Amino acid sequence: MTSVDRVQPAVSADDFIKGLWRENPVFVQVLGMCPVLAVTNSGINALAMGLATTFVLVLSNTLVSLLRRAIPRQVRIATFILIIASFVTVVDYLIQALSLELHRALGAFISLIVVNCLILGRAEAFASKNTVLRSILDGLGMGLGFTFALLCLGGVREILGSGALFGIALFPAGFQPWIVMLLPSGGFFTLGLWLLLFNYLRARRLEERGEAQGVVP
Amino acid sequence: MSGDPLWSIFLNASLVNNFVLAYFLGICPFLGVSGKLVTATRMGGAVCFVMLVSSLCAYGIHHLLVAINAPYLQLISFIVVIASTVQLVEMFIKKTSPTLFRALGIFLPLITTNCAILGLALFQTNKGYDLLQSLVYALGAGVGFTLALVLMAGIREKLELASVPDMVRGTALTLMVAGVLSLAFMGFAGLGA
Repeated sequence: MTSVDRVQPAVSADDFIKGLWRENPVFVQVLGMCPVLAVTNSGINALAMGLATTFVLVLSNTLVSLLRRAIPRQVRIATFILIIASFVTVVDYLIQALSLELHRALGAFISLIVVNCLILGRAEAFASKNTVLRSILDGLGMGLGFTFALLCLGGVREILGSGALFGIALFPAGFQPWIVMLLPSGGFFTLGLWLLLFNYLRARRLEERGEAQGVVP
Repeated sequence: MSGDPLWSIFLNASLVNNFVLAYFLGICPFLGVSGKLVTATRMGGAVCFVMLVSSLCAYGIHHLLVAINAPYLQLISFIVVIASTVQLVEMFIKKTSPTLFRALGIFLPLITTNCAILGLALFQTNKGYDLLQSLVYALGAGVGFTLALVLMAGIREKLELASVPDMVRGTALTLMVAGVLSLAFMGFAGLGA
């Protein structure tokens, strides 16, 4: 409990920004892979899933942070899961009310947000130790970073797999779509290639930094 | 109530719609525990067992919730039941067979956050399977999960010896291999239906 009662650092923009790129949940931390692969066969599904996850993440972070002094340490994981499950049920019914078509497209994966390790991970690693405002910013940043990653995958898969983006055709009529990108294997390939790109960028940055240090004696 | 024959349900869950390679459920242990053949096999066994038990519980809960007219409690009660099942199984194995308990180690509690288990509970409810069908479905899903995990572990053990660029090594390479495996499993399409 000592870590909770320590003086809290002030709110900073970094709480929000770090989730978008530097600690991106999908590309850097490789968390929450199941929905990332499963619902990204079109841009609109990816966007809906990303926003639903962000919604749950922000609300659960808020509640966990508010209750962080009241939750006994021994049962904290069970409590977090219950909090998350309640918000996921809310989102499930919300999407069903807003668009039945979308609810059908996402199927059981809305309910499966409960076991998205990203949300439990943020509750445990951040919200249970920090103030409400910082936790909200953290949830928002991580959620939007997650949405961004889903859109990266969904965009590529929809453009190549059906020659369209958000349902708008991009190519002339002669385009032969790569059906494989819409199939499950396309998800694995696309995510693998994105991770490869991120590895490459990180390796190059490290190299540059190494060279810079080499120049300065 | 679904009238699918049992063998068709089993083939469907294990091969045609493999939980890992077609539904993307349980990707975390698939990527995390598939480094070694031995651990992959044990993990598969543990998941099979938990799947059977939680399938049984999910069937009961679903009917209880329908009886008291509270379907909105479905998700919460499923997750609580799965978490407690894993805990119970852990205590039971610890008591009856300490050897097996040591062999499974950390993988046992981690099964709670395996989305394949919750997915199974949700799917069998959505499909309206009866008790026997649910159990066969759970067995098929467990066998399919184990199969994918063991195949992946076998390939990764070989890959350790291959010379690939440093940049590709790790998750990126595993995902590519999973993509090829998933393509191969597409060959089973139409088998069970």
